[in-house]
Amino acid sequence: MLEIIRQIPIDYYVWLSTVLFVIGVFGVLIRRNAIVVLMCVELMLNAVNLLLAAFSTYLGDAQGQIMVFFIMVVAAAEAAVGLGILVMIYRNTKSTDISLLDKLRN
Amino acid sequence: MDSLIPLIPFLPFIGFIINGLFGKKMSKNAVGIIGSGTVLASFVLSVLCFYQVAESGAIQVNLYNFFTVDSLQIDFGFLVDHLSVWMMLIVTGIGFLIHVYSIGYMHDDDGFWKFFAYLNLFIFSMLLLVMGNNFLMLFFGWEGVGLCSYLLIGFWYTNKAYGLAARKAFIMNRIGDLGLLLGIFMIFQLFGSLNFTEVFERLPTMRLEAGVATTICVLLFIGAMGKSAQLPLYTWLPDAMAGPTPVSALIHAATMVTAGIYLIARCNPLYSLSPEAMQFVASVGLITCLFAAVIGLRQNDIKKVLAYSTVSQLGLMFVALGMGAYASAMFHVTTHAFFKALLFLAAGSVIHGMGGEQDIRKMGGLRKAMPITFWVFLIGTFAISGFPLLSGFFSKDEIFAFTYANGGPLWWGLSALGAILTAVYMCRMLYVTFFGEFRGTKEQEHHLHESPSTMTVPLAILAGLSLAGGFLNTPHFFHLNNEQWMAHWFSWVIPIQEVQLDAATEWTLMIITTSLAVIIIILSYFIYGKKSNLPVADSEQTGLIRVIANKFYVDEIYDFLIVRPIEKMSKIFHYYVDLQGIDGIVNGVGTGVQKLGAQFRKLQNGNIEYYLIGMVAGVVLLLLTVFL
Repeated sequence: MLEIIRQIPIDYYVWLSTVLFVIGVFGVLIRRNAIVVLMCVELMLNAVNLLLAAFSTYLGDAQGQIMVFFIMVVAAAEAAVGLGILVMIYRNTKSTDISLLDKLRN
Repeated sequence: MDSLIPLIPFLPFIGFIINGLFGKKMSKNAVGIIGSGTVLASFVLSVLCFYQVAESGAIQVNLYNFFTVDSLQIDFGFLVDHLSVWMMLIVTGIGFLIHVYSIGYMHDDDGFWKFFAYLNLFIFSMLLLVMGNNFLMLFFGWEGVGLCSYLLIGFWYTNKAYGLAARKAFIMNRIGDLGLLLGIFMIFQLFGSLNFTEVFERLPTMRLEAGVATTICVLLFIGAMGKSAQLPLYTWLPDAMAGPTPVSALIHAATMVTAGIYLIARCNPLYSLSPEAMQFVASVGLITCLFAAVIGLRQNDIKKVLAYSTVSQLGLMFVALGMGAYASAMFHVTTHAFFKALLFLAAGSVIHGMGGEQDIRKMGGLRKAMPITFWVFLIGTFAISGFPLLSGFFSKDEIFAFTYANGGPLWWGLSALGAILTAVYMCRMLYVTFFGEFRGTKEQEHHLHESPSTMTVPLAILAGLSLAGGFLNTPHFFHLNNEQWMAHWFSWVIPIQEVQLDAATEWTLMIITTSLAVIIIILSYFIYGKKSNLPVADSEQTGLIRVIANKFYVDEIYDFLIVRPIEKMSKIFHYYVDLQGIDGIVNGVGTGVQKLGAQFRKLQNGNIEYYLIGMVAGVVLLLLTVFL
């Protein structure tokens, strides 16, 4: 298994993570649906996770994978809180469009 | 005795503090007693000082070190020598009489307590001026006197013209003070000290360049010009009539204007080094003397006439100083203090009796209603005109003798002309005011009364002094005593100057001026005693008379040449520099920040995507700068 993974050059992992991360960033920036935004955040986190796991494997160092677990925990917590907020937003605005949330303007 | 000397100036100061702080709640009598009592106490102490000085010479008292900066050491100290003790006697003596007089004169004024507080402060400042043992103390008193004159001239400040007159006096004095201050700076630079004794002790060994002494003397004289109302800085003094009459008496007779004379008499060793400066002093004095006397001929305000006569007499004193006759100038200061205080207070009594009227054209025949005032006014007028054996006769005659001996016939002739003009306008005023028919309203005639005794007693004392004051310094050729008493008295400070004339010439000169004065006194009775020669209303004046009555338009010329350009300039500065320039910058910075803020505020539109874009853009930028 390790061999298989190592057959793929590390560059590919970097590129894949970068692409995923950038997709996540653009998703957060462009989309207005709060759910999609949250999903994109997830995507960014996981892009990083992928990269950490890949490097950890290549270098034979488990520390990177430990970080991955931390991030997954944080991501789970974030998703829970984020979705909780989202539910409340929806109850108040009957919408999940974040562009409506500009009460602090001016 | 030495320990009592500081009390002399500080007693009036204590009076000022008591009257100034608590006077409002005290009874008028108490205010008057404190005000005059402190000055009387100072006078008594001054008399004691006088005897002490006569016995054992000058007294130096250093209270404490005022301040020390590098080599400049200023002591808060007093120098009581023959010159200053004499001034102290004049200031406190005449000052006391004026205080007593004020009790009666100001009795119905709401600002009674304030008036006495200011008067006491005035005496305090003047005493510091004459008693200080260095130039800075003198300057301190000098400024204090300026301040008090401002406060007192503008005493009835609700009248705008009076307030402006006060301001004028203050500003005019400042111009002169600049000269004095520069002179003091130069003295310090040259001598490294401001102490009178030290400066004048070092003087003989200094070998000053000719120009330096002249410059210092002229600068000091510019200060004296302002304070003693000489051309071109004299215009404030006639305007100073805005103050209550006792103030005029105080300013004109005992204090303030004599400060300039005192300054030059004090610095006589310095002046003696510079014939040019003395020539300058004498010239300015002579021009002022004649100029003011001519203006005085056609004034119809009883106080204005006296004001111009003061300017003229001061001019005469400066002539004496310029001729090197310092002691004679001091003598004339003394006699002038007597009769000018007398005349002003008598004029005040007239104004009091007339219910505030000051125009002599509306008076006339006051002789019967106010006999005491009339007699003392008569004495004052005769004294100032140089009637034989009265005080003015002796002091003026001595000055004329010196002008003849040291300046020549032309100087003598011109200064004698000034004295004759003095006789003319003073007699004109006397006869117009006290003789003939009463020309005021019925109401004024009914109201007309002699003044209370607080006013007439000081008048009587001053009249006595005006009668006898001349015998302080009888001319030596009278041979009543071997030496002229006063010249001898001052000889500790001022070297005795002998008139270099033979007795016959002196007698001739004296007889000429005196007989002229007497002729004028008699002649003007016949001229102004008649109704047809009464001064006419302002609108009927023509030609030269109108020009003189309007004081040669000097005020208007100053107004045009100096005041208005400055006002215009300050308007320009106000509008362009202040409002547009400085305010523009300050306001511009303010509005600029606001506008910039308004632009930045647009970024904060509450739209989370924008924030995120900003954040991402920032991170990308950061990465680019790090990695590229």
